[in-house]
Amino acid sequence: MNKQITLAMGNGGEENNELISKIFYKAFKNDILEKSEDAAVIHDGELAFSTDSFTVSPLFFPGGDIGKLAICGTCNDLAMMGAKPKYLTCSVIIEEGFSTRELEKIVRSMKKELENNGAIVVSGDTKVVPRGSVDKIFINTTGIGEIQKKGISSNCISKDDVILVSRDLGRHGATIFAAREGIELSSSLESDCASLTHQVQALIEVGIKITALRDATRGGVSAVLNEWAKQSNICIEVEEESIPVCQEVYGICEMLGFEAVNLANEGTFVLAIAKEDETQALDILHTFENSSNAVKIADVSDEYIGKVVLLSSYGTKRFLDTPTGELLPRIC
Amino acid sequence: MMTTVKIGEPKLAELQLKDLYDGFRNPEVIKGFAKLITEEAKKLSRPINIMEVCGGHTHSIMKFGLPQLLPDNINFIHGPGCPVCIMPKERIDHAYILAEQEDTVLVTLGDMIKVPGSRGSLQDARAKGADVRFIYSPLDALKIAQENPEKKIIFFAIGFETTTPMTTALIDIVLKHQIKNIFFHINHVTVPEVMVELIDSRDEHVDSYNNAIDAFLGPSHVSVITGSKIYEKFPKEYNRPVVVAGFEPVDVMEAILMIVKQFNEGRCELEIEYKRLVNYDGNLKAQALIENYFEKASLFKWRGLGNVPKSGYKLRPQFADIDAEKIYADILPNEEIEDHKLCICGDILRGMAKPDECTIFGTACKPQTPLGSCMVSSEGACAAYYKYGNLIQ
Repeated sequence: MNKQITLAMGNGGEENNELISKIFYKAFKNDILEKSEDAAVIHDGELAFSTDSFTVSPLFFPGGDIGKLAICGTCNDLAMMGAKPKYLTCSVIIEEGFSTRELEKIVRSMKKELENNGAIVVSGDTKVVPRGSVDKIFINTTGIGEIQKKGISSNCISKDDVILVSRDLGRHGATIFAAREGIELSSSLESDCASLTHQVQALIEVGIKITALRDATRGGVSAVLNEWAKQSNICIEVEEESIPVCQEVYGICEMLGFEAVNLANEGTFVLAIAKEDETQALDILHTFENSSNAVKIADVSDEYIGKVVLLSSYGTKRFLDTPTGELLPRIC
Repeated sequence: MMTTVKIGEPKLAELQLKDLYDGFRNPEVIKGFAKLITEEAKKLSRPINIMEVCGGHTHSIMKFGLPQLLPDNINFIHGPGCPVCIMPKERIDHAYILAEQEDTVLVTLGDMIKVPGSRGSLQDARAKGADVRFIYSPLDALKIAQENPEKKIIFFAIGFETTTPMTTALIDIVLKHQIKNIFFHINHVTVPEVMVELIDSRDEHVDSYNNAIDAFLGPSHVSVITGSKIYEKFPKEYNRPVVVAGFEPVDVMEAILMIVKQFNEGRCELEIEYKRLVNYDGNLKAQALIENYFEKASLFKWRGLGNVPKSGYKLRPQFADIDAEKIYADILPNEEIEDHKLCICGDILRGMAKPDECTIFGTACKPQTPLGSCMVSSEGACAAYYKYGNLIQ
């Protein structure tokens, strides 16, 4: 591993996994942690428990801000274990000189998103640090949720499952990239930043046989599928043509040499559910605005165990790898 | 001055982005070409090896899995056309040292920052505190220079003929507006010279007759600038047909069909598949800009291939006061650094070996820790093999 921490080690891809396993897992090793789920399942499977820290530039972006992101992120991690978010903590590190009005704006959007999830903040902490010690504001949220459906796990996906995505991919990553300094793109694109609690609850209520759920944040859908393929010892065969990508995201990808499946999402999740429930699950997802274009993208096989295979509509196939490195535009 | 591109506002002419590429990725058309090529290839008297010179082509070919659609007697040789991959360690070290200078911002294009030199990559330099930034267009350096008047902005310029005019456009503005804090480290390289090197090496260690290249796919973006004329000598003097091709799968398939037909019909010609943008003469204005500011360096070292005569540009002597290589001459080392001993990139680029024949491929040499030129960027042959798993054939 590199002697210095590089940005690539925080990308949600391979270097990130290496950092986590060689430093943190090594020190903190225990059965719950090693399950590597979006949230830890504790207390005899009754509770889900998760934490996440948020830093984003710009703080306010089309479709959301760091406050909304901080609540959605943790609540979504809980929802992915079939839990209803209940109690959150909120810890902020603020740079000296940061605007109080902006802080209020951020906290207001946190409040709104908490209400949307039916959760409350029950403990918190603030630190102010000298200018230059952090980039404006960092937020950590930690949450506890009540598990509504036990046994959801990315370790037991099988050939009896199909893989769905809840909406078109890559909006958050593309929006943030287009908004960053140096890439002067103007676009009507908005981040997909949203809470997923209601969709998950609706699926659970009608008894959809959910095997696994995961929100496709850093590393995108390809990171999720690759982790699933390895954790469940399966091969995931993706029909390339069925992957939903909107025109704006596609345009940004074409221009900069990215792939939408590698881009981050903040309100998009991948589902592994029993084959026979596919239609019903899609019908339910389609009733929600931000999953109105949910679609099946893949089947499970045992052709190449531990791998994700992309099938083209003209009969070729290739592996879809875990994204590596920092997201950088290709030069030509 | 900034490059502003609008995306996703189809109302303008009800034109969607997919209207532009759909035809070139149409599954039926791709399958149709595959069938035509298979038929035509039956008439070939021997297998043929086609080199796609450009990394962009390598990327398309692997991403779309085109070799799986072709008969066994048509092979691809993945060429040296990735400006990031071929950058030798010596020059990356230059960038690293320049980035370490006080009050300096080192600016370069995209994926250049992850390629390791002997001291590490620019990413590593940044992790150690150097101010390294990547930009999408060289003109974006102007904004950085304006916002940091007390700092020196050094543009580490890379790329083939496609990106060279963008650098000269920046030089043009810097000189005309007398912007005092932008400097240039020029690493622009040219395609035809390295193609000659591959088939007619002057390196005494290389048996150039051993190369297996039968025909070339010419990179279309280069020819938008240079015109197709730069490839004229290959059919005439070296007996290698060239088809200038676009980057979409339909473009590549059509170009392959054109090459196979040339063999079957006993022709050896320069043809253009990418007619929608390429003509014989190219962009004369861009060519004049290059001519105005640059001249050919007698040698340019390519990672994996060694020194290739007249294959790189440098600033003309009268622009020495913006030339970082001259200004910082006393701190920039000139010693040669050997390529990794086990690396066979040179053979891969000449078509004498495939990436997976290399003993360190996928073991010591991976995209995250590349040792050879072909692994460093996603456009390199080894990286493409690794990423898209040529394991599936």
